[in-house]
Amino acid sequence: MAKAKARVKVPKSVTKGEVFQVKTLIKHKMETGQRKDKKTGEKIPRMILNKFVCNYNGSEVFAADWHPAIAANPYLAFYVKAADSGTLDMVWTDDNGQSFETSAKVNVTG
Amino acid sequence: MVNKFEMQPVARRDLLKLAGVGALTVVTGSLLPGLAKADAASVAEAIKKLIGDKQPAEGRITLELPQIAENGRTVPIALEVDSPMSDTDYVKAVHVFADKNPRPDVATFKFTPGSAKARIATRMRLAKTQNIIAVAEMSDGSVYMAKNQIKVTIGGCGG
Repeated sequence: MAKAKARVKVPKSVTKGEVFQVKTLIKHKMETGQRKDKKTGEKIPRMILNKFVCNYNGSEVFAADWHPAIAANPYLAFYVKAADSGTLDMVWTDDNGQSFETSAKVNVTG
Repeated sequence: MVNKFEMQPVARRDLLKLAGVGALTVVTGSLLPGLAKADAASVAEAIKKLIGDKQPAEGRITLELPQIAENGRTVPIALEVDSPMSDTDYVKAVHVFADKNPRPDVATFKFTPGSAKARIATRMRLAKTQNIIAVAEMSDGSVYMAKNQIKVTIGGCGG
């Protein structure tokens, strides 16, 4: 699995039971398959990230299936309820099945 | 996988034109009132693939979209579904469609009770002025739908 060219934003610390927002941004062209090469007139083949999964301490908490209508450099914000301190693991998968991952620490107090 | 996507929508649209859109509008008209006939067919088909024959009720979904998208290549969208998000009563998935894009599917967002809030924000590509439709599937099997129109000044699908 490759390291994702991605940024993740979570609050510095959260209290147990608090619902917090996770913001993610990954660099990717999200080639739709609709664009034509200006020189050859050929359609540039589709190559997008089609799946996103977020695991919180090993359990899937949120996921998404993406189609070419998701904009390039996909931004995605979602919410998670704070349970135990630990890690949010995020994995994006492309049309070839290649995966890109990154993670963020969750610091839960109280 | 790429070929499969390319072939199916074209073939079905040709068949629809031959068979007569009239018969289909009886079904699709009741499912998605207020949408233009040709667009309703492809969105209805895409929805049926995901939720089967269930008829969505209106409500519970808030769609946040700009009234006008200046740049179709990146259009912000946020949506939230009203739900307790408890272990026994939560939103399982929300499917988003754009009825005048080359293909109507935009994304599916899958929640768990651990999400605590069925709210997301992201950015889409829109080809032209059209309707955005969200369909939410609840843990109890019920289905809800919301639809907003958005004007697009410059289309964002390339080509």
